[in-house]
Amino acid sequence: MDSYVLELLEKGKRIDGRRLDEFRKIEIRENVVEKAEGSASVKIGETHVIAGVKAEIAQPFPDSPDEGILIVNAEFTPLASPEFEPGPPGEDEIELARVVDRGIRESKCIELEKLCIQPGEKVWCIFVDISVLNHQGNLLDASALASLVALRNTRIPKLEDGKIIRGEYQGKLPVIFKPINVSIAKIRENLLVDPNFEEEKVTEAKISVAVRDDDKICAIQKQGSKEILFEEIDKIIDLAVEKSKEIRKLVK
Amino acid sequence: MKRGEVKLITDGKRIDGRKPEEMRNVEIKLDVISRSDGSAEVAFGKTRVLASVYGPRALFPKYLQEHETGILRCRYSMAPFSVDERKSPAPDRRSIELSKVIRLALEPAIFLEDFPKTVVDVYLEVIEADGSTRVTGINASSLALALAGIPMRDLVCACSVGKINDTLILDLNGREDNYSEVDMAFAMMPGKGKITLLQMDGLVTKEELKKLIEIAKSTCEKIYEMQKNALREKYRVSE
Repeated sequence: MDSYVLELLEKGKRIDGRRLDEFRKIEIRENVVEKAEGSASVKIGETHVIAGVKAEIAQPFPDSPDEGILIVNAEFTPLASPEFEPGPPGEDEIELARVVDRGIRESKCIELEKLCIQPGEKVWCIFVDISVLNHQGNLLDASALASLVALRNTRIPKLEDGKIIRGEYQGKLPVIFKPINVSIAKIRENLLVDPNFEEEKVTEAKISVAVRDDDKICAIQKQGSKEILFEEIDKIIDLAVEKSKEIRKLVK
Repeated sequence: MKRGEVKLITDGKRIDGRKPEEMRNVEIKLDVISRSDGSAEVAFGKTRVLASVYGPRALFPKYLQEHETGILRCRYSMAPFSVDERKSPAPDRRSIELSKVIRLALEPAIFLEDFPKTVVDVYLEVIEADGSTRVTGINASSLALALAGIPMRDLVCACSVGKINDTLILDLNGREDNYSEVDMAFAMMPGKGKITLLQMDGLVTKEELKKLIEIAKSTCEKIYEMQKNALREKYRVSE
């Protein structure tokens, strides 16, 4: 399979017939988990992830006593792929969660200052949990997209005497931007948007770029065990900004 | 206090007196650990990181072995006393991610395929943290790998760049790291002109990003000379 991917690439083709700069079909479903404060299911091709948001009351961090807290966590459920094993989170899971976190946080899309209940004492803590349900490549873009959509439909629970009333809500979570993550793989001299599982296996380096609505870049992460060239970085950033616009249109 | 809200530059001077594109004092010590196959200590100002290399050595359990190539393992760890509030010695999520990105930053430089079934272990210990620990650690690792006699395509040089109070800066210290609007960790093989680490967070325009990469590139080229000089000095034959 590896050599087949490479052979086709030499002719400028991909194994699933896509153009190099083409995403697979993206399917977004909202509010897929009623118990969650917000949720989304995202499929990119056959890659499938669910993100669910829960809100809890927590003590704020001492350096931001009047701001809510965002925590992103990812789990590669062992049912999603033969490579995934049960157990504590591995480095790939941790990296994915941290890259998704940075994209959301650095875009400043959540108005965390509106999540203060009692300064210095109580704030809302927003947990985004990502479950990977089918791994056919590019988990990062799918996870970032599912997290964004879930956050955008998240409702803040009602409070009574400082306690959360489950199932009743006081309003929406304020999410004012749509940061979009675009991952681009380098295979030989080709740059491929949204690499699938087979392509990822022969990927030399991958760059993930999170782009905000105003085309500002809010996070970058290089992955993969080979190097990347300066002129490739420029091309990747331009391509990511362009593709982010396309994906953003899919988000309500 | 939040990112971007702390005044970190006054009259063109940073809190430690540096100009925006000025590096802290760099200190390099080689062969600091006698039992190690190769070791180095690199300090950028108060940030001080030790790196020690073991290998190529036999890899066990055997199922971890790769038949076509050797493997590289990296462990980034912070000493509990290296930061303001004691850090638990157990690896946290940040250390696990950093261990991975450091490994990927070094891997392109090493001829691992020359040592099938073996492992090269790189252990990094942050003795004191004042910003830019991962890049300091990469510089130390590059030297330690070279000293261990591991065949390499090139040395790997790394630095951090960022943006504070709308000014692009080089080599972030701890406070700048915490309150910067943007920070970027960057590593490359200067002799080959190839990038091996690129991580950025914060809001930048495309133009700013380009400029940041330029500053990082020219700095890595300077660090390259420092690394080479340190190695030359060590192997210099006295007349």
